[in-house]
Amino acid sequence: MSTPITRLDRLGYLFLALTIGAAILVPILALALPKDSYFAMPPYIVALFGKYVCYAILALALDLVWGYCGILSLGHGAFFALGGYAMGMYLMRQIGTRGVYANPILPDFMVFLNWKELPVAWWGFHSFAYASIMVMLVPGLLAFAFGWFAFRSRVTGVYLSIITQALTYALKLAFFRNDFGFGGNNGLTDFKDILGFNVQSDATRTALFSISALTLALSYVLSKAIVSSKYGKALIAVRDAESRVRFLGYRVENYKLFVFVVSAVIAGIAGALYVPQVGIINPGEYDPANSIEAVIWVAVGGRGTLIGAALGAIVVNFAKTYFTGAFPEYWLFALGGLFVLVTLFLPKGILGLIMARRAPKTPTKPETPTPETTTVGEAAR
Amino acid sequence: MSETTEANPTLTTSLLYLDNVAVSFDGYKALRGLSLVLAPGEMRAIIGPNGAGKTTMMDVITGKTRPDTGDVYFEGRHDLTQLDETEIAELGVGRKFQKPTVFENHTVSDNILLAAKAPRTVFATLFGGAAAQEQETIERILSTIRLGEERGRLAGSLSHGQKQWLEIGMLLAQDPKLLLVDEPVAGMTDAETAATAELLREIARDHSVVVVEHDMAFVRELGVKVTVLHEGAVLAEGSLDQVSADERVIEVYLGR
Repeated sequence: MSTPITRLDRLGYLFLALTIGAAILVPILALALPKDSYFAMPPYIVALFGKYVCYAILALALDLVWGYCGILSLGHGAFFALGGYAMGMYLMRQIGTRGVYANPILPDFMVFLNWKELPVAWWGFHSFAYASIMVMLVPGLLAFAFGWFAFRSRVTGVYLSIITQALTYALKLAFFRNDFGFGGNNGLTDFKDILGFNVQSDATRTALFSISALTLALSYVLSKAIVSSKYGKALIAVRDAESRVRFLGYRVENYKLFVFVVSAVIAGIAGALYVPQVGIINPGEYDPANSIEAVIWVAVGGRGTLIGAALGAIVVNFAKTYFTGAFPEYWLFALGGLFVLVTLFLPKGILGLIMARRAPKTPTKPETPTPETTTVGEAAR
Repeated sequence: MSETTEANPTLTTSLLYLDNVAVSFDGYKALRGLSLVLAPGEMRAIIGPNGAGKTTMMDVITGKTRPDTGDVYFEGRHDLTQLDETEIAELGVGRKFQKPTVFENHTVSDNILLAAKAPRTVFATLFGGAAAQEQETIERILSTIRLGEERGRLAGSLSHGQKQWLEIGMLLAQDPKLLLVDEPVAGMTDAETAATAELLREIARDHSVVVVEHDMAFVRELGVKVTVLHEGAVLAEGSLDQVSADERVIEVYLGR
């Protein structure tokens, strides 16, 4: 019985070694080596993988609620984008007089819209510390308010999924409006500095990659601690037999609310790391399709394994980069096909396959086996 | 063992008191004026044909269903119609479902751990490890339900009968004042049925128990007072021999 647990823990250490190793090694390869060295890492690769790592953090956050608590959120992109906007607002305020209109306080789009004063929502964002707090606070508060009502009213299954989707769609529509005050459909872009460093420079990009990789490692440790505690056991019990947990005297709504808020905060941090690396945030990030894609990453990598979710995000996005370059018109078919194939043949995702390969003789399930594949139908009860 | 007579005034000395409870679903009257009184420490068997309202009665007691009319009191002072499932569970009412519902992806001992009496807040479960005392409770219960050998197995891999026992063990771990047990021997072999009856008698020594069951041989083995339900109300009450002799009971149930 102890074998699956140690195996997963060994995988966990491997994962930590990989992420922390990448955080140390990539700056050396990208910056210290001469540009013509065989091992030198071109800057665009660093930027690309920095983006993947942010997606991996989002996937980890999603797996925490979906894989361990059965909350299929189709709106996690909203928390990611909110964190991204909070960081984008800080970056906008840093532009200062270097903008097209050279207004020291107002970002360009506000001058363009003939606004005279900075909206209240933008106050304080010149401070990095304030923005960092908002990166966590805004997604966390939204998740708390949303979860408070949804879990208390016992909205579950597909109904909950649909509401989360509506949530992100509503935010998308709101952020598209110019008078909402966040740059309308152009979003926030043309960033210059972060903490005084040029966001475009290779050194800053590399540093952002390393910070993202370390954040991924830290998020994994935190999530693993949560799911391994007695709380985590109760969470899995909620996923598998919610009403039974209630009859045991647990406040199921509080259990769901806590993990949902933690997950939203992690997603917000992922978004905040993402924005300076891609150089733009716009309402398109709220698109429900983004959130659904994140669900696919988790399913492909292996639901309810944390590491699998992160792995899935990187593998699928790597494939996406390749496909959208080589056969742009077929990517969505490939993604859809991948989802179908994984659901049919790899119910435990890529990680499930690896674990099965590594232990062909032990028929015991892994530490937290993923629940039966089709959750939507099951959850629809 | 647990004394229910307390300083504050109670409405009744009974542990569980249902009076004239009625429930209807979309016009279908599942319970029509059900009254039942359970004394502290008593074990009671509830029998009745399908649709007699046995499961609905359990739902009312555990807060899953709110009655349209009638009173439900626990320990003479807790109005169960005003509380939800979690609050009722905290008062000390445990329930075993008809279909065994254990946490299939957890080990046998983790199932007991989750059920064991301990603080249930998010904070407590997040930061509190399994106390030594909890570990002791788990061991004791595992040996009571005869699953000590299986502690490390996933509950989903247990046989049907073992799952039923595990669920009874989870109830014990909760250490409730009242246990509601819905069809504990459905689908069991004769040997398992006999073992379950013995287990329940053992439990009834220091808990009050309500057992809903179809299996007459099993009810006879329990040897306790029997309440016969029919169409959402009590038809007869007494020893199994008494109720078996009742004309109306024979007509609606036993005679078939």
